[in-house]
Amino acid sequence: MTSPSSDAPDAPAQGTGPNGDSPAGGYYGRGIPYLPIHGYPGKLIAIEGTDGVGRSTQIQLLREWLEVKGYGVVETGWTRSRLMQPTIEIAKGSNTLNKLTFVLLYATDFADRLEKEIIPALKAGFVVLSDRYIFTALARAGVRGVDRQWLRNLYGFAIAPHMVFYLNIDVKTLITRVLESRGMDFWESGMDLKHGDDIYDSFRAYQNKLLREYSSMADEFQFRVVDARRPVNRIQDELRKQLAAFLEPTEKPADTLLTR
Amino acid sequence: MLNNLTQPHEYPGKLFVVEGIDGSGKTTQLALLAKWLSAEGYRVFVTEWNSSALVKAATRTGKKKNALTPMTFSLLHATDFADRLLYKVIPPLKAGMIVLADRYAYTAFARDVTRGVDRQWVRELYSFAVRPDLALYFRVPIDVSVDRLMARRVKLKFYEAGMDLGWSTNPLESFRLFQGKVLDEYDQLVPEFGMEVIDAKSSITDQQRLVRQVIAQHVQTRRMEITDDEPVV
Repeated sequence: MTSPSSDAPDAPAQGTGPNGDSPAGGYYGRGIPYLPIHGYPGKLIAIEGTDGVGRSTQIQLLREWLEVKGYGVVETGWTRSRLMQPTIEIAKGSNTLNKLTFVLLYATDFADRLEKEIIPALKAGFVVLSDRYIFTALARAGVRGVDRQWLRNLYGFAIAPHMVFYLNIDVKTLITRVLESRGMDFWESGMDLKHGDDIYDSFRAYQNKLLREYSSMADEFQFRVVDARRPVNRIQDELRKQLAAFLEPTEKPADTLLTR
Repeated sequence: MLNNLTQPHEYPGKLFVVEGIDGSGKTTQLALLAKWLSAEGYRVFVTEWNSSALVKAATRTGKKKNALTPMTFSLLHATDFADRLLYKVIPPLKAGMIVLADRYAYTAFARDVTRGVDRQWVRELYSFAVRPDLALYFRVPIDVSVDRLMARRVKLKFYEAGMDLGWSTNPLESFRLFQGKVLDEYDQLVPEFGMEVIDAKSSITDQQRLVRQVIAQHVQTRRMEITDDEPVV
């Protein structure tokens, strides 16, 4: 936090901005000046993908595996902050949410979790598994026509994850998977976009657009694209292999110490 | 990049905003201005900072629990602003009305930056705002503002006094430190956004006379006429 006597000039922009190389572990854009974050021991791993693609299943399995290996794990999700959860529920229920307030409510929620959960966990050395990250917000807002550069500036306070796994799926496979489990809901079907009254058609059109948005971000944010049409354990194997290659050379997990 | 805050708007209505720290007298001046404009026959709508129903719940929880960080404080107020802009400000502007805003994006620029939020980031955050036809800044020395608030026996609020920053445990001392810094930020905003400065030390009547003079330059030709349209029967 700044002090009243310090006449600090503007903090220099950290990171390389939204269009440059993603500064893994650092702020994407201008960051939070009163919260310097360099040199923390934790790792931020984001699992991205659309609704019903199987993110939470994969995260549960990853958590098990990491904890057995001796890593401390913290999970964080999208719209789970204590500050904002009631407000977001009210807003979703009342249909008064226009696209800008929608985006800003989610950004507020994310800022709350970033400052109170994610950054403290990273500084304490945890592996933070994020079920969705800012890319979901960018994709949803992009589909709704919010200015892309404005969105990227807005999320310039976000930390670039060390790894982003994008669970990639096609709409056809997604539809059967969602119908098999919990069915289609109003927001996941983009009914607010008023494509029509038919939830099936709306879901297909909306998710198609969402998937295109996600793909368009793959290079910009260095997604590791994982084919999510395969069985759960095949996907998990791939995630573990990539994660192990990243974590093991830099850190000695507790179980390797036991074998000495 | 959006640049609505630096480009003139194209709505038929007019947007006038008043800015200044607590105790600058801007709300009093705004009320007198609204009275005058209404008496002159204009249709006037007044909107206040941080008043939308949507974010009131979160602001209340956050303030009660003292749980807001400078970033969430900033983003919540931007959410409130976006909500009011789209539902309360733009429709009357489209209808050719006069919208009077008690505080605008400049309040966020001054306060959030004082709290340690990035100066450029918060400007980009509000770049979706409509540029006011006129922004009046009521400049007042910190001592005058404190005297006015004390005379009214106003209980200094936690965030208005900047108590969240932990600069002082004494509310009055914290208010002086925090609002003093906010004044410095406002001084930078005046040339950056071409705000009209009103000396808020002078008498209420003198200030209002000046306010009306300045506003008159923007509204004289837009005075609402009796409409030619026949009412639909």
